[in-house]
Amino acid sequence: MVQYNFKRITVVPNGKAFIDIILSRTQRQTPTVVHKGYKINRLRSFYMRKVKYTQTNFHEKLSAIIDEFPRLDQIHPFYGDLLHVLYNKDHYKLALGQVNTARNLISKIAKDYVKLLKYGDSLYRCKCLKVAALGRMCTVVKRITPSLAYLEQIRQHMARLPSIDPNTRTVLICGYPNVGKSSFMNKITRADVDVQPYAFTTKSLFVGHTDYKYLRYQVIDTPGILDRPFEDRNIIEMCSITALAHLRAAVLFFLDISGSCGYTIAQQAALFHSIKSLFMNKPLVIVCNKTDLMPMENISEEDRNLVEEMKAEAMKTAMGASEEAVLLKMSTLTDEGVMSVKNAACERLLDQRVEAKMKSKKINDHLNRFHVALPKPRDNIERLPCIPQVVLEARAKEAAEMEKRKTEKDLEEENGGAGVYSASLRKHYILKHEEWKDDIIPEILDGHNVADFIDPDILVRLEELEREEEQRQAEAEEEDIEMDGEELTEEQKEQLAAIRKKKAVLIQEHRLKKTVAQNRSTVPRKFDKERKYTTKRMGRELSAMGMDPSSAVNRARSKSRGRKRDRSEDGGNDAMDVDDDQQTNKKQRVRSKSRSMSISRSQSRPPAHEAVPGDGFKDSTQKKAAITISHKSHKKRDKNARRGEADRVIPTLRPKHLFSGKRGKGKTDRR
Amino acid sequence: MRLVKCWFCSSTIYPGHGIQFVRNDAKIFRFCRSKCHKNFKMKRNPRKVKWTKSFRAAHGKDMTQDKTFEFEKKRNRPERYDRNVTEDTLMAIKKIDKIRTRREAEHINKRLKPDKKKVHMEEMKVIDNHISLIRAPEPLLDGRKKIKVLASKTESVQNEAMEE
Repeated sequence: MVQYNFKRITVVPNGKAFIDIILSRTQRQTPTVVHKGYKINRLRSFYMRKVKYTQTNFHEKLSAIIDEFPRLDQIHPFYGDLLHVLYNKDHYKLALGQVNTARNLISKIAKDYVKLLKYGDSLYRCKCLKVAALGRMCTVVKRITPSLAYLEQIRQHMARLPSIDPNTRTVLICGYPNVGKSSFMNKITRADVDVQPYAFTTKSLFVGHTDYKYLRYQVIDTPGILDRPFEDRNIIEMCSITALAHLRAAVLFFLDISGSCGYTIAQQAALFHSIKSLFMNKPLVIVCNKTDLMPMENISEEDRNLVEEMKAEAMKTAMGASEEAVLLKMSTLTDEGVMSVKNAACERLLDQRVEAKMKSKKINDHLNRFHVALPKPRDNIERLPCIPQVVLEARAKEAAEMEKRKTEKDLEEENGGAGVYSASLRKHYILKHEEWKDDIIPEILDGHNVADFIDPDILVRLEELEREEEQRQAEAEEEDIEMDGEELTEEQKEQLAAIRKKKAVLIQEHRLKKTVAQNRSTVPRKFDKERKYTTKRMGRELSAMGMDPSSAVNRARSKSRGRKRDRSEDGGNDAMDVDDDQQTNKKQRVRSKSRSMSISRSQSRPPAHEAVPGDGFKDSTQKKAAITISHKSHKKRDKNARRGEADRVIPTLRPKHLFSGKRGKGKTDRR
Repeated sequence: MRLVKCWFCSSTIYPGHGIQFVRNDAKIFRFCRSKCHKNFKMKRNPRKVKWTKSFRAAHGKDMTQDKTFEFEKKRNRPERYDRNVTEDTLMAIKKIDKIRTRREAEHINKRLKPDKKKVHMEEMKVIDNHISLIRAPEPLLDGRKKIKVLASKTESVQNEAMEE
């Protein structure tokens, strides 16, 4: 079927555009560089190639046009006639003929010039020949420009023709303008045809599809036909005539009972009679439309008679159809009778087609498709299907139950509807005791999932665990009580404590000495403020260690150099003092700063300006001067509130209350 | 509603907290807070990060194997609700918790307790080495006198040694 190829015809280019296309293609696809120094053969072949190439292209494109446009004789007469009606057969043929001649002319030109080029003797001559050839070809094409334009227009229009299959089941709708054909079409198919109050709203054929008995029917809406002699008809009317003439379809002739289309029933009847020749061999249905405006009963006698006449005519074409199927009434506005009209038309068409098929020679091939095999009955006994009694009873019971059962939905509606009532999903829980249905089931307790612990014999296990725990605790206590292996004796404990204490004292003293060592000058032993180097002390220490000190003390005393007599009243402190008595003098118990820190007993200090031997000062005035200088040095800083040695001291960098205590998962950036 | 454990630090994640990451191989990683999430993204191994539970377990700081842990086991089949069982379970959970925390504390205490033997040995060593700070050596103690040995005896000892 060529009906769809109308959309696939290639675009016909404009004359000028055509030439441009071909020439530019020649320029691009053939070699472009040539010099006059080349061999003559090469020059000739160069230019011959160009001429031939151009000719080939022209030939190709023009052939495509000629082939793709349909030949009116070779397509279905319906389309042939339609195209004739729309475009004028002669004009169409002429245009195509011109394109054909152009093609032949171009071929001839190319042939001639190639022959001439064979004898070209210079580059210039060959070039001229080529130019002439191409020029003539282009002139030919320029001359057929109007034909090409016309063909392009036709192509565009053809692409928009409705795709009507002339061989399938078709229902044709015809009648005067404005009777309701397009609205009927809109009702039975999905086509969206324009419906307007003015005549000739539909200007061309429209196709819709509808289904009946699982078969697809084409419904063709035609423009209205007026009652005129054949020759006077315009193109639009001719479209519908063509369709009527060539398509083997069921015809629905529309009649406007009410006369609101602007034409009387008489006029419409006249039209019917003038085109009834076209209804030959087609199932015809006369449809009286717009019954909502004028019911059938109310029309006048004459009109009634005319309608009856039309019906009689229609009956002639009907083959064994009932009276009902020939004349039908409907109203597209109120939708009454629309479906019955469609069904009647489709039914009539189907019958006709089936009959035609049955009569054709090919029926025997198809006949086996229609045969239903039935076994031959051997006797008259009726045999019904056997259903057991139980099944029948069950079926009956089920049916009764279905009616009686109350569904959840009913319950919901009773109690206030969807928004008000929420179905209790716990109703159907299967539990040991019914009261448990409303229990709130615990899921989480103290950071544990309850479901992980659930166990029917958890109590038993718990008991075991508790027993075990008691045992463990008892064992632990025993362990604590019993003495574990070796232990230090009391004496050893004392010794250990004493050792540790002594060691700690030594270490502390060393540390103090260490820090002070570089800042202070070493004082010779004779200025022993702390009284470390006295024989009394030595004797004390030695006796604490368990030795008899007397020999050591005597030796020390014998070896001492003897006391020096100072000028000061206080008297010098000897490194190795001989007389203990003088040391009891309070004034001589001067302590160095370091000593004051280590001694726990509080002793009163001598006044600050008093020069103590061992200080490093000559006399008290010197000491006073030194003290004032030291005060001066930090007075300015104090006034400026600059940091001094005593300021900004954090006594404990890591106080325990902020740095201790486990937080589990929490963070410690805020305390 | 279920409480789950953080993949990194093993703390419980309550509903509405944390982030869940599903990898392309469909393994689910749950994190309790951004700290754990960020550590994971840095590809840190929780067994090497001091404050996580897995570190503590791997290095023996916390109790790992105990009967109290066996009570809590994820079951994949839900059990039918039974009021009595649930009541018992709730009671049991509390008791088990108490026992478990006590045992954990014990474990840590035991770990931190000083080793008696070692301590004893150290003390003896201190005494032995530093006894001289508080006590004079044996020969010089009060009441002892130096013992005089005759020279000839020492010589004979020497000769004997040389002969051999």
